[in-house]
Amino acid sequence: MPRMNTTEKPKNFFGSIFKLLKELKTWRVVLFIALILAIISSIFSIIAPNRLSDLTDEITNGIKPNTEKLEEISTKVQNNYLRGPIVIDNTTITVKDQQEFITIMSNTNEDNALKQFDKLPKSIYSLVKPKMNVDNIKHISIILLILYILGALFNYIQGVSMASVSNKFAKKLRTNISTKINNLPLNYFDNHETGDILSRVTNDVDAISFNLNNSLITLVSNLTLFLGSIVMMFYTNYIMALTAIGSSIFGFIFMFIMLSKSQKYFNKRQKLLGDLNGYIEETYSSHVVVKTYNGTKETKKEFNKLNTGLYKSNMMSQFLSGMMGPFMGFISNFGYVSVCVVGALLVSKNTITFGVIVAFMIYIRLFTNPLNQIAQSMTSLQSTAAASERVLEFLNEKEMNHQEDITKHLDKASAKGEIIFDHVKFGYTEGKTIIKDFSIKVNPGEKIAIVGPTGAGKTTIVNLLMKFYEINDGDILIDGISIKDLSRENIHELFCMVLQDTWLFEGTIKDNLKYNKPNIKDEEIMEACKIVGVDHFIKTLPNGLDEMITDNESISSGQKQLFTIARGMIEDAPFLILDEATSNVDTRTEELVQKAMDKLTRNRTSFIIAHRLSTIKNANLILVMNEGNIIEIGNHEELMKQNGFYANLYNSQFSKL
Amino acid sequence: MIKILKQFSFKEWLIVLFCLVLTYINVTLELKIPDYMSEITRLIQSSSDNMSHDILVQGAWMLLFAFSSFICAGISIYFAARLSSSFSQNIREKIFNKVESFGLKEMKKFQTASLITRTTNDITQIETFIAMGLHMMLRSPIMCVMAITKIIGKSIEWSMLLAGCVVLLLAVVITIFIVVVPKFKLMQKLIDKLNAVTRENITGVRVIRAFNAEKFQSDRFEDVNNNLTKTQTFNLKAFAVLGPVMNIVMHFLTFGIYLIGAYLISNSLMVDKVEIFSNMVVFSSYGMQVIMSFLMLAFVFMIGPRASISANRINEVLDEENSIKEGTFNKPTEETGTVEFKNVSFRYPDADEYIIENISFKANKGETIAFIGSTGSGKSTLINLIPRLYDATEGEVLVDNINVKDYTFETLNNKLGYITQKAVIFTGSVKDNVSYGETDHKVKEEDIKEAIKIAQAEEFVSKLDGELKAHVARGGTNLSGGQKQRLSIARAIARKPEIYIFDDTFSALDYKTDLALRKELKKYTKDATSLIVAQRIGTIMNADKILVLDNGKCVGMGTHKELLKSCEVYKEIALSQLSEEELQNA
Repeated sequence: MPRMNTTEKPKNFFGSIFKLLKELKTWRVVLFIALILAIISSIFSIIAPNRLSDLTDEITNGIKPNTEKLEEISTKVQNNYLRGPIVIDNTTITVKDQQEFITIMSNTNEDNALKQFDKLPKSIYSLVKPKMNVDNIKHISIILLILYILGALFNYIQGVSMASVSNKFAKKLRTNISTKINNLPLNYFDNHETGDILSRVTNDVDAISFNLNNSLITLVSNLTLFLGSIVMMFYTNYIMALTAIGSSIFGFIFMFIMLSKSQKYFNKRQKLLGDLNGYIEETYSSHVVVKTYNGTKETKKEFNKLNTGLYKSNMMSQFLSGMMGPFMGFISNFGYVSVCVVGALLVSKNTITFGVIVAFMIYIRLFTNPLNQIAQSMTSLQSTAAASERVLEFLNEKEMNHQEDITKHLDKASAKGEIIFDHVKFGYTEGKTIIKDFSIKVNPGEKIAIVGPTGAGKTTIVNLLMKFYEINDGDILIDGISIKDLSRENIHELFCMVLQDTWLFEGTIKDNLKYNKPNIKDEEIMEACKIVGVDHFIKTLPNGLDEMITDNESISSGQKQLFTIARGMIEDAPFLILDEATSNVDTRTEELVQKAMDKLTRNRTSFIIAHRLSTIKNANLILVMNEGNIIEIGNHEELMKQNGFYANLYNSQFSKL
Repeated sequence: MIKILKQFSFKEWLIVLFCLVLTYINVTLELKIPDYMSEITRLIQSSSDNMSHDILVQGAWMLLFAFSSFICAGISIYFAARLSSSFSQNIREKIFNKVESFGLKEMKKFQTASLITRTTNDITQIETFIAMGLHMMLRSPIMCVMAITKIIGKSIEWSMLLAGCVVLLLAVVITIFIVVVPKFKLMQKLIDKLNAVTRENITGVRVIRAFNAEKFQSDRFEDVNNNLTKTQTFNLKAFAVLGPVMNIVMHFLTFGIYLIGAYLISNSLMVDKVEIFSNMVVFSSYGMQVIMSFLMLAFVFMIGPRASISANRINEVLDEENSIKEGTFNKPTEETGTVEFKNVSFRYPDADEYIIENISFKANKGETIAFIGSTGSGKSTLINLIPRLYDATEGEVLVDNINVKDYTFETLNNKLGYITQKAVIFTGSVKDNVSYGETDHKVKEEDIKEAIKIAQAEEFVSKLDGELKAHVARGGTNLSGGQKQRLSIARAIARKPEIYIFDDTFSALDYKTDLALRKELKKYTKDATSLIVAQRIGTIMNADKILVLDNGKCVGMGTHKELLKSCEVYKEIALSQLSEEELQNA
C-alpha cells in the first residue's frame, strides 16, 4: 500500500503519543506480545549471521588441505626410503603409494600444486584431503533453520495481531467520533466545517491505524536491529565493529542532513499542492462565471503560476526521497569494503577467522538499514501524533448536558399544545444576546408565523423550542412544564419538524419516509405522499417506494422537499414546526402542499417560518423579527394597519418600480 | 496507461532513453561489485604475503564502482524526478485547459467533483507511478537479466534453488495480490460510504435530532464501520504473510546456497574446491539481486493498476470532444441589445424528451423580458442558451441579430452580464470579485464602487474590514447568502453589458432589497436589455413581456395584465402568491 507521507507537525509529540497509547489500553496485552515477538525475531536475525559465519568457517575448512599431515607424511616417507609400508593414523601407505607420492611431490610447484594434490594415491589423499565436520554443519543448519522459521513465525503472529489491534482501534475511534457527533451541541457544527470533521473520521483515523500497524513495529524492531547489531559486532570483534561504525557514521550524518532537507521540500510541496487543489476546486465549481465573464485567460494564468511553482518542490522532494535507497546502498558498500580490508588484515595476522568477515558483511547491512527505517518511522509517527491530536481534540469537545436530572415526561398522546415563552434571553456566543427578553403565550391549536429578512433570527426561536440550544435566561414551558425538566428526546418526540434543508439519507424512499419508525405501513406512507402530491411521481419510478435516493440528480430538490414534508406528516406529533419548508417548491405546488398542511396544522400548535408572505397570512399570530429582535406582533390585518416593518415588507412584493 | 504515456514529448522520450542508458550503466557497475567481493574473498583465502595491499587495491576498485554506480543512479533518479514532475505539470495544465473549455453538458457528464479529483489526485497517482515505476521498471529487468547471465552455468543445483525461490516468492505475492485487490476496491467503496454516512450525520444533524434518530443513524454508521474494519483487517492480515515469507525465502536462499556449496565442495577435487567456494559467495549475492529485482517488478505491477485507472480517468477528460465550438465573428454589430429566439428547442443529447420546445420571442434594446413557470419548466435552460452554456438542439438563438454560434466567446461574453442562481464568489478581495474577468473596457475603481452601490451592497461592504479590499474567504463563507448574491450582481453591473441575464437571481434576496435593487438598476441601465428568470410574481410583474413556461413549452406571452386574463397557468401562479384583490390593486 504505497502512501504519500504528509508530515504534519504535532503540537506536542510525546504528549499525543502517550495519550494515544493510553487509548490503546484495552489491547495492551496483545500489543505487548506483538512488540516482544518483534524484538525476538529481530534478535534472531542478528544471531543468525553468527551461525552463518560458523557455517562458512566449516565450509572453509573443507577447502583447506591438511598441510600438517602432508608434511608428516612427507617426512616419514623420506625417512623410510621405500623400505616398506608405513602406517599413519591406521592407514597403511604401501611402497607403491610412497613411490608415487615422491614422484608427484618432486613435480609439484606453486602453480600446479592443487592439480598434483588430486593425483595423490588414495591412501595419502584420504589422510590429507580437506575435511568438513559434517556433524557440526548439521548442528549449525538445524539451529539456523529453527531461527529462521521461528523468526518468520513470530513476525507473522506479530503482523496479524497488530493488524487486528490497529483496525479494532480504528473502528473504536470511528464509533467514538460518530457517537460524539450525536452528543455535540448544535453550535459546534455552526463553527466547524463538515469537511474538517469528515477528514478526522477517515484520513486521520486511517493515518493512525496505518502508522500504528507499521511504524510502531518498524521502529521497535529496527531499534532492536540497530542496537543488537552494534552489540553483536562488539561481541564478535571490537576492531571490526569500530571499523563498521566508523565507516558508516559520515554517511549517516549526511543522510540526516538530506532527510531534514527533503522534509522542507515535502512540506512545501504539500502546501503548494493544497493551494493548487483549492484553486482548481474553486475554478471548476465557478465554471459558469469563469466562462461567461471571459475569466478563462486570467484563470489559466493564475493556474500556471501555481502549477509551475509546484514543479520545483515536487521534483526536489521526489529526487531526494528517491536518492535515499542508492545512498544507503553506497554507505553499505563503503562499510563492506572497510570491513573486508580491515578484516583481511586481521585474518592475515590470524586474529580472526574468515567467518568473522562473512558475519560482518551481514552486520554492516543489518546496521545500516535500520537507521533509514527508524528515520522514516519517526516521521510517520509524527504524523500519527498530529492525526491523533486532531481526533482526540474532537473527542474531547464539550458535550451537551447529559440530562441525568430529567424527571418529568410529557406524553405525546396527552399533550394539549400550549407553549409559553417566558422572558427568554439567548445568544449563540457569550455576550452577544440575540433574543432579548422574549415573552409570548401560544394557545393550543394556534398557528404562529415568524417572518423577517434573512439573518433576522427566525430559526433561533425554533432552535430554542426544540432545545437544540440551551436558553441563557428565562424559560419555555410546554403544557406548563419547563423544557429544562424534559429530556431532549421527549421534546423532539412532541414536535414534527420540516426544514428548508431537504436532507434525506442514502437509502430507499420508504426508509426515508418512515424514518426511525419501523411500525409504519406502506399504505400510511402512500397516504402522506398523496397529500403532498408525490404519489404519482413515486408510481412512475421503477421500484416505487423501494427506489434508492442517491446523490445524483434524478430527484429534484423540489421533490426532495415534498418527501421531507411527507416524512414530517408521518411523524404525526402534537406540535408542528415548518422552517421554510416550502421554499424549494414552486408556488403552485406550494399551494397544494399548503392546503394539505392546513389540514395537518388544524388542532395542532404550529410554528411557521416563511419567506413568502402569502404562506402565513392566515396565521393567528405573526412575529416580525429583524436583527434578532421581535419588532412587531399581531395578525396580518393588525400588522398591516400598523403600517410598520411588516406592511412595508408585504407591500414591496407588488409595488411598482 | 500506455495511452497517457503518449503525452510524452520527444524530449521526454529522450530523457527516458537517457535514463535507460544510465540505468544500464548503473546496473553494470553495480553488478561488478560482487566480482570484487569474491576477489576480495579469494584474496583473504589465499593468505599471500601482500594480501592487505591487494585487498586495498581491489577494495578501492569496488568503491570506485560503487560510487560511480551511485552517481549514475543519482543522475537517473534526478531525471526521472524531473520527468515525472514536468509530466504531471503538463498533463495537469492540459486537463485544466480542457475543462476550462467545457460547456455545461460536459461538466454535467463528468460532475465537478470528479473533474477536481481527476485534475488533482489522479495526476498525483500517475506522477508517483512514473517517479517510482520508471526507475524500477527500467532497473529490474536489466538487473535481473544481467545478474542471471553472471551466474548462469555456475551450478545447476544453485540455479534450481534460485528458480525455486523466485517461483515461490512470486506465487505468494501473486496469490496475495489476487486475494487482496478486489478487497481494496471494496475498501475504497466502503470508505466513500463511511464518508457519505458521516456527512449525512453532520449535515442532517438537526433533522436527526428532531426525529430522535441518533440511534438509527449510529446503526447505519456502525454497519459501514464494521464492514470496513472487517475488510481492512482481512487485507492487513493477508499482507502480514508477505514480510515473513520474503524474509524466510531470502534467508533460505543464502542458507541453501551454502549448504549445497558445502556438499559440492566436499565432493569435488581439490583443484575445484576454491573456485566452487568463491562461486558460492558470488552466487549468493547475485541470487539475492535476482530475487530483489523480481520483487521490485511485482511491486511495480501492484501499483500499476491503480495508476492505470487514474490514467484512464484522465484520458476520458482529454478525449472528450467539446460539443460547443467557438465561432469567429468579433466585429461590432449593427444592432445592439437584442436577443431573439427563433423556434428554439433543446434536449440533452441522450434524452428523448425536450426540455424546451419551440420557443420564439424577441427582446428589444432596453426591454425587460421575464420568464416564469414551475420548477423544471425549462426557464433556466432557456436562458443558458444565450451565453452558450448549452447549444440549442433546433432553431436559432440570435444576439444583436447574429447567431450566438458565430461569435467568438469573448465577443459574445462582452455583451452579456450573466448572474447565476447560486452566487459564485472567489477567494480574494471584494474588489477582485466585482472586477472579475475581462471585458471590452477596463473596469475602473469608480465602476466598481458604482456597481456595488446599485447592487445594494454598499452598506455591508462599507462595514467590512478593509471595505473594497476586504478579504473574501473561500466560497464566500464570511458573507451571508444575500450578501454574496449582491456582490455577484455587482460583478455583472461593473461590466456594463448590453444584456443582463438574471437566472433566478433575486430569490435569495428579501423583498425589500429585491425591490430597491431593481429600482436602482432600472435607473442605471435604461438602455440595457434584461432577461429575468424568477419565481416571485412581484419581481416580474412590471416586465415589458412575460413568457410563461410549462413543461418546456411557452403557454403564454404578454404583460402581467394581459396574462392574468389570458393565461390560466400564469393566473394560478399569481394567485398562489397574492390574493385576487392584491393582484387587482397592484
